[in-house]
Amino acid sequence: MTVIQVVFFLVAAFTTAAAFLVVLAKNIVHCAIALVFTFFGVAALYVLLDAEFLAAVQVLLYVGGITILLLFAIMLTSRISARGVKIMNEQVGVSAVVVFAIFALMAIASLKGFALVGSPPPASYATASLGRLLLTTYVLPFEAVSILLLAAMVGAIILARREREKD
Amino acid sequence: MVPLSHYLILSAVLFAIGMFGALTRRNAIGILMALELMFNAVNLNFVAFSRYLPSTMLQGQIFAIFVITIAAAEAAVGLAIVLGLYRNFKTINVDEINLMKW
Amino acid sequence: MKLVILVPLLPLIGVLINGLFGAKIRGRAHLVAVSASGLSCLVAFLVLFQAAGGGVLDWDLYSWLKVGDFRVPIGILVDPLSVVMMLVVTFVGFLIHVYSIGYMHDDRSYARFFTYLNLFMFSMLVLVLANNYLLMFLGWEGVGLCSYLLIGFWYEKKSAADAGKKAFIVNRIGDAGFLLGLFLIWSVFGSLKYSEVFKAVDPALGTGIYTAVTLLLFVGAMGKSAQLPLYVWLPDAMEGPTPVSALIHAATMVTAGVYMVARSSPLFDLAPFSLEVVAWVGGLTAVFSASIALVQNDIKRVVAYSTISQLGYMFLGAGAGAYASAIFHLGTHAFFKALLFLGAGSVIHSLHGEQDIRKMGGLWKAMPITAWTFLLASLANAGIFPLAGFWSKDEILFNAFKHGMTVPWLLGLIGAFLTAFYMFRLFFLVFTGRFRGDAHAAQHLHESPPNMAYPLVVLAFFSVTVGLVFGFPPDHGIYHRFVAPMFEAVHEAAGKAAHASLSSEVGMAALSLTIAFLGVLLAYQFYMKKPELPGLLADRMKGVYRLLLNKYWVDELYQAIFVNFGKRVCAFLWGVDSGVVDGAVNRSSWLTVRLSFLSAWNDLKIVDGMVNGIADLIQGGSLNLRRLQTGIVQNYILAMSLGILGMLVLYLFVFR
Repeated sequence: MTVIQVVFFLVAAFTTAAAFLVVLAKNIVHCAIALVFTFFGVAALYVLLDAEFLAAVQVLLYVGGITILLLFAIMLTSRISARGVKIMNEQVGVSAVVVFAIFALMAIASLKGFALVGSPPPASYATASLGRLLLTTYVLPFEAVSILLLAAMVGAIILARREREKD
Repeated sequence: MVPLSHYLILSAVLFAIGMFGALTRRNAIGILMALELMFNAVNLNFVAFSRYLPSTMLQGQIFAIFVITIAAAEAAVGLAIVLGLYRNFKTINVDEINLMKW
Repeated sequence: MKLVILVPLLPLIGVLINGLFGAKIRGRAHLVAVSASGLSCLVAFLVLFQAAGGGVLDWDLYSWLKVGDFRVPIGILVDPLSVVMMLVVTFVGFLIHVYSIGYMHDDRSYARFFTYLNLFMFSMLVLVLANNYLLMFLGWEGVGLCSYLLIGFWYEKKSAADAGKKAFIVNRIGDAGFLLGLFLIWSVFGSLKYSEVFKAVDPALGTGIYTAVTLLLFVGAMGKSAQLPLYVWLPDAMEGPTPVSALIHAATMVTAGVYMVARSSPLFDLAPFSLEVVAWVGGLTAVFSASIALVQNDIKRVVAYSTISQLGYMFLGAGAGAYASAIFHLGTHAFFKALLFLGAGSVIHSLHGEQDIRKMGGLWKAMPITAWTFLLASLANAGIFPLAGFWSKDEILFNAFKHGMTVPWLLGLIGAFLTAFYMFRLFFLVFTGRFRGDAHAAQHLHESPPNMAYPLVVLAFFSVTVGLVFGFPPDHGIYHRFVAPMFEAVHEAAGKAAHASLSSEVGMAALSLTIAFLGVLLAYQFYMKKPELPGLLADRMKGVYRLLLNKYWVDELYQAIFVNFGKRVCAFLWGVDSGVVDGAVNRSSWLTVRLSFLSAWNDLKIVDGMVNGIADLIQGGSLNLRRLQTGIVQNYILAMSLGILGMLVLYLFVFR
């Protein structure tokens, strides 16, 4: 067992535990916090995969942006103290079975198909390549995404606006 | 060395957990959170493939960037919808909202 | 000469006017009818003058039937034979129309009588003037119909209605034979027109065909002209009014058979067997009916049997090949027989309906005109020189003897004796001696009014003169020269140019005259000098007397054999019809009702069931399927995940 493997397993365990918490926690704010931990875990995994830029973007956007959004939404909408209200709906059993089956199949597929004794090729400087790629080969999606973001912003504002008759 | 399959199995686990949450949580925001979890699992998958498979194009990472971007946009719009839902129904437990029932 | 079409047309117009408007012009119906028949007679004379020069007209007016090869026109033939017949019919017919004005004066259905009379004239003229067998048959049937209508004129009287039916039915039997003859003619000769048939007559075809055709035609003549055995309707026909008896059953309709035989002479001449049959039947009928006339007590019956007897003479002549003589006798007979009937009618009219001669007698003083004319007619009928009947009857007997038909000739002689006897029996009983009726009738004895007396006189005049003027010398007189072209060629072909000497002819005439005188003398003895003789003779020969009085029981025989048998057959068939046919119809309708019930059940249960079943299926399906739409989004997500699971399974394990 090398150091990398150990680190990997630790980070994986941490992320998995946090993920479980996200799904199973009673208090919705606890879910949000657990989600933050999950994001961090995934960012760590990115670093392990030599995708440093992506790890930074992950933390910035997910933790810094989305989590805040979620927290705001939670504050605006829910009665935080959930007294005796169940958090799971009736299809828990069926979903557990289905989800487990899907996981099993995917795992089998991964193991069967990609039993590469992973010696990854030598790493290069990913960030520079990313930047270059984004502005040459993938410039079209890049621009399209910006329009998408504009649309999303406008949409979100309109959707969340209070009705006029209350004023 | 960590074999690729480990990363893949990990992403499968995260995806499964996220799916379970999406299927079972009653709180709408909880569902969105589970959705984010699924996105992350998918990103992990992409990046792992882009690292381990011989290629100089880094498609996986590019894809992951775009996924993150779109996830953010989607989260914004989704939460706006949840707020609208809360205003109209005074609840964000999705199984209490069944206007489209037969 | 084409004016001839007016001859039948004028009576037809009379029929239409009297038939449609008879009810309105009741008392004046005779104006229409009499003028129609009078004008018709006038036109007939005009045609005679044109035809006397030898003109012949075969005129097709209109194409009546056209079916493939079968072509029959409506056409008129004007030749000596048809001219003679036409004259007899129109002239005697006209006189009888005038007579009817007085005789039917008090009758309820005055207009109807004249309608039928004109209709009869029309049909008889069609019969006589036709130029083909089918049109003749049309006229034949027409006169049969009129006979029925006029015999049963007083239809409320059962005996009259029955007599009409009897006449029509017996005629029908004859008509069946006639029709078969027509069919045979058409199938052998290919046409029904006289000109075409007679042109196609060829001895080479063999006598068999001709015998068959002519015998069948003669069956028709037997029915229409009341010969043995189809004569039974004529005595019963006396139920009709006397003018009817005079016109139809003396002068015209019954002579249609003789005309038909004469017209078909080319055919008969090639069938010697048929000619024999005709002569024998004629002779036998002459004697048979004369014998019945000896003892009858109804004045009209006696004259009726006399008619049958004289018709027998005509056929005797025709059978001997002397067609011209037969037609000549037809003409003379028309005059004196009509006169006899009209005279009888005059007597009956005066006695207010009494017809039994045992209640008559001594009417000479009260009805002189009637008595004189009746006497002249009786002399003519008996064949006394120089009246009309002598010339024609004598010619017939002479020709029969000349052509070797000895037995028919003998029968004719016997008949002549009987004829003279019964005619003068009738005359003496009715007009001489003391009146034997009741006192009330005796007071009302009177002569007939002028419109009845004048025709009697006219007919008497012709009965006396016609024979001498047209028939002297025998076989070569004006009449014979006129009709000679009709029968000459045929006679030559048949090779019966048996010339007899003048002396034998005179001797023959003397013989028949003597026989007739003997008859008159015997009648004089029986009924004038010693009136008790008839009674004594009747007692001595009771059986014979009863046989004759009951007309040989022929009517009863026919009733037993044919009529009752026919009735039984009809009853049986009626039973079949109502039992089998009606039963079948009713059963099938019952069956249909049952079957329709089955069909209805099928429609309701099965067809509707299927339709409703499909609808119920869809409804049930959709009722259950809609439960998928819970409205809860996570259920939908679950469904999608199940789909993803399925896809994964497929990709991993099925599509390797």
